[in-house]
Amino acid sequence: MTADRHILEVSNIEVVYNHTVQVLRGLSLQVPEGGIVALLGSNGAGKSTTLKAVSNVLFLENGDLTAGAIRFDGAPVAGRPPHHLVRDGLCHVMEGRRVFEDLTVEENLIAAGYAASGGDDGGGSGFELVYEYFPRLFERRRAQAGYLSGGEQQMLAIGRALLGRPRLMLLDEPSLGLSPVLVEDIFTIIARINREQGVAMLLVEQNANVALALASYGYIMESGRVVIDGTPDKLMADDDVREFYLGAAGAGGARSYREVKHYKRRKRWLS
Amino acid sequence: MDWLFLFEVSLAGLGRGGLYALTGVAFVLIYKATRVINLAIGEMLMVGAYLFIGFGAGMALPLWLAVILALLGGALLGFVLERTAIRPLLGENPISVFMVTIGLSSVLVGLVEIIWTANPRSLPDLLPRDPIFIGDAFVAPKTFWSFVIAAGVIAVFLLLFRFWRGGVALRATASDQGAAYAMGINVPAVYSLAWALAGLLAAGAGILLGAISGASSSMGVFGLTVLVVVIVGGLDSVLGALLAGVLIGWVESVAGVYLGGEYEQLFTFSILLVVLLVRPWGLFGTREIERL
Ligand SMILES: Nc1ncnc2c1ncn2[C@@H]1O[C@H](COP(=O)(O)OP(=O)(O)O)[C@@H](O)[C@H]1O
Ligand SMILES: [Mg+2]
Repeated sequence: MTADRHILEVSNIEVVYNHTVQVLRGLSLQVPEGGIVALLGSNGAGKSTTLKAVSNVLFLENGDLTAGAIRFDGAPVAGRPPHHLVRDGLCHVMEGRRVFEDLTVEENLIAAGYAASGGDDGGGSGFELVYEYFPRLFERRRAQAGYLSGGEQQMLAIGRALLGRPRLMLLDEPSLGLSPVLVEDIFTIIARINREQGVAMLLVEQNANVALALASYGYIMESGRVVIDGTPDKLMADDDVREFYLGAAGAGGARSYREVKHYKRRKRWLS
Repeated sequence: MDWLFLFEVSLAGLGRGGLYALTGVAFVLIYKATRVINLAIGEMLMVGAYLFIGFGAGMALPLWLAVILALLGGALLGFVLERTAIRPLLGENPISVFMVTIGLSSVLVGLVEIIWTANPRSLPDLLPRDPIFIGDAFVAPKTFWSFVIAAGVIAVFLLLFRFWRGGVALRATASDQGAAYAMGINVPAVYSLAWALAGLLAAGAGILLGAISGASSSMGVFGLTVLVVVIVGGLDSVLGALLAGVLIGWVESVAGVYLGGEYEQLFTFSILLVVLLVRPWGLFGTREIERL
């Protein structure tokens, strides 16, 4: 990792919501240029907050970065409005897909293209690329986005981000609520986009299995800080990681028994 | 029953409804993009009428130029109001923002009275005066032309929102502001755009309304009926504003002629009451919108 140039460097950040609730407590991570890094952790660990800090949209929820620094492509993110960051190649695909439901698929892309170019790309450029990765979106281009299936909406959310020709994509739980087959489809395409377009990705997931299959490095966070990080091999070999994040695949035994142990181990591990 | 007369009264009502619809669209535009309930919309309309008087009569410019300048002035007013009075309140309680727009409406009335005095004024003659007949029915030419112009302007705007990419970005922002930020839409610029366009529409409505019934510093009360229109139609629905505008214009006109002027408001507010009881989010509005 250290030899590579990092497109994203997050150092010791702390985030506070409403001036009262501290959610991140000295979190650090790096994403190498063109690489895929997984950020894992259970619900409420602060994964989404981390991404919002990077794309500078915390202010929307009255959140503040109170300490630490974030550098995208070598330059600090602080003070740069989100639309400047997007134009510089940083795209955030938010949790829950967040497509513009009243707009058609194509209008979603039009808005994204307009935004990413600052309004001067002539219009419609880059749509072929999106439709090439997601032929389904081409078939559904006249449909209202609110009526798409969950998988199609996720495709649209990623396609929209792709229009900005990003150098770094922040993907927040792309597998959320999708069937296993769809998850596999989407992750295959994510891998292709990374390979063919050279887009680096910070991939937030609760589904650690699929995320670590793609990533070259992973961080696991709990309560606002990283508790363990390393290559997928290292993480998958770790007993705690296997038990808490990779589901029954690693640890055997009856579910109910495991849950009792789970709670105790978890407490020890976090303290 | 005299059907021809009813028809004529209805046409007159549609004429008034066209202006409600036009101003209602301006209101909805601001609401959709910035979630501000702008009670100063009637006063923005009034400023448009007075700007037209200022350019057309005061400075004696050609009327077409006076119209364009008044429209641009209305747009500028919208832009400035948003930047100076509304933007600093971003994220504050919607009620405070709402109160600020009430304050703004008083400020605008004050400014107009300082510059043009409180006396009613008539506007330079703008609309053709040849009588119009639809079949056997007579329509006052000013009413007819103001309806035609309002309808044309609304049509242009609907096309703009559908096909112009900036219009699509505006609708995107209205649909999900957080996602709009994350995708790189310059959201503050969209706010400015929405207020400027709404200011332009309101100024246009003000010129038309002034052309029909003259301008006065109290013509902003027109905005109250517009408020009824958008609540009935749904605060966030352009279609709702259009249909409710025409409906309420028609009801007012019919009630006013058959029952007497004092019944106009009674009917309007009865409609409002019924809608609030049965469908508080409006005929075409989105359901989860908070009500004041
Ligand atoms: N807007 C907010 N205001 C206050 N607390 C928040 C806000 N958003 C998230 N939190 C809290 O911050 C913690 C982390 O949230 P989040 O970053 O969404 O976690 P994750 O994405 O890992 O599930 C949670 O405890 C959550 O309740
Ligand atoms: Mg999350």
